Amino acid sequence: MSHTDPPVVPGTHVIRVRGLRKSFGDNQVLNGIDFEVRRGGVVALIGPSGSGKTTVLRSLNGLAVPDDGTVTFSNGLEIDFSSPVSKRDLLALRDRSAMVFQHYNLFPHKTVLQNIIEGPVQVQKRRVAEATAEAESLLQRVGLADKRDAYPFELSGGQQQRVGIVRALALRPDVLLFDEPTSALDPELVGDVLTVIKELGDEGWTMVIVTHELAFARQVADEVVFMDGGVVVERGAPGDILVNPREERTKQFLHRVLHPFD
Amino acid sequence: MESQWDLAWRSLGPIIGGAIGGTIPLALTSFVLGLIIALAVALARLSRVPVLSGAARVYVSVIRGTPLLVQLFVIFYGLPSLGVTIEPWPSAIIAFALNVGGYAAEVIRAAILSVPQGQWEAGHTIGMSRVLTLRRIILPQAARVSVPPLSNTFISLVKDTSLASLILVTELFREAQQIATFSNEFMLLYVEAAVVYWVICLVLSSGQNVIEKRLDRYVAH
Repeated sequence: MSHTDPPVVPGTHVIRVRGLRKSFGDNQVLNGIDFEVRRGGVVALIGPSGSGKTTVLRSLNGLAVPDDGTVTFSNGLEIDFSSPVSKRDLLALRDRSAMVFQHYNLFPHKTVLQNIIEGPVQVQKRRVAEATAEAESLLQRVGLADKRDAYPFELSGGQQQRVGIVRALALRPDVLLFDEPTSALDPELVGDVLTVIKELGDEGWTMVIVTHELAFARQVADEVVFMDGGVVVERGAPGDILVNPREERTKQFLHRVLHPFD
Repeated sequence: MESQWDLAWRSLGPIIGGAIGGTIPLALTSFVLGLIIALAVALARLSRVPVLSGAARVYVSVIRGTPLLVQLFVIFYGLPSLGVTIEPWPSAIIAFALNVGGYAAEVIRAAILSVPQGQWEAGHTIGMSRVLTLRRIILPQAARVSVPPLSNTFISLVKDTSLASLILVTELFREAQQIATFSNEFMLLYVEAAVVYWVICLVLSSGQNVIEKRLDRYVAH
């Protein structure tokens, strides 16, 4: 798809994150985070709750504003959080990425279609007919073409989350951000959503995924970043990090997750 | 000698005339203006600018902490001594609009706060500014929550417009009062006025139901 083509500035990284720091009061949640996301890459952020992984993700979308550090996009946009971020920069930052939320956060007063075309039409000023056609084909792809005119309350959690993904896709972002996309779902609905995300990865979408689903991370990610206590403890290929981690903290985390009853 | 029924029947014309020519337009105009004030005050109270939220807080406190009748008298009988003379109708509209503004501001503020934070974030992630998110995402959802309490405010206002009779506005109650004085049939005329107010409020309540049904179409039942 044309919109996933690299923007003007060459470079293999879509996002480069340097030195992100943030504290809420006395609580230092991010303590100098560095990582980058390759074009077409899928990065899984894993770690215990409170490790700061969701805050990192939210920082990429300007939903959390770090106290320090930079986020640089391959199109040249650089946000430096060491000084107050202007509204323009915040909107520019959000323009590059789109978030899929744990609790979907669909607009309850709008139909599925209206949810999807809201951003393209109201923000990106695309024509309603064009945005609608694209929304319909995206809905078709996630198997929800017949839900076009339904309201969110009429959908199951898994269906709502697939609409959430389509809403993000419709914005044609450089990067898709997923914040624990299956944590709020009933177990039997998780599979549908994970399948959709995996297909997007295979199609070449650049994605950052905060997840507890380690098996899924192993399948879909090409890099796993393990965070704990506001720092990146280690990162690497899923086969290394999730199977043969070097760091003791990673080993402990994996052991707790994989063998909860030991 | 004319019977009580005749008098009741003959006075119905002027009383309903007072409702149509006075009470209803007075209530509608003040309510619409009051809602505009209320939205502005609610947003000011939610603002992060201390001067704005402080001013809004004081406004709400003054309006809610003083009797409507006193507010009305200050505007109509008080201001002339400062050289500001306002006719009865505009005085009444100003007083009622300011009053609605104070009460409805709290309703609207609470309704805005009742919309989950995730809705703001969803608006932001699709690229919307705060203002656009407020207008397209938050306010429509807040509207649904605020219809029942705002209907209360409106119904109270309709009845409160009877106070305007005290600053010489010709409306429902003043018509009834005048006929009562001439005919000496106070009980009859005041009960008749009460019934007409009640009927107006019944109509308004059913209007409220229609609006609530319409806004509830996207909510699970």
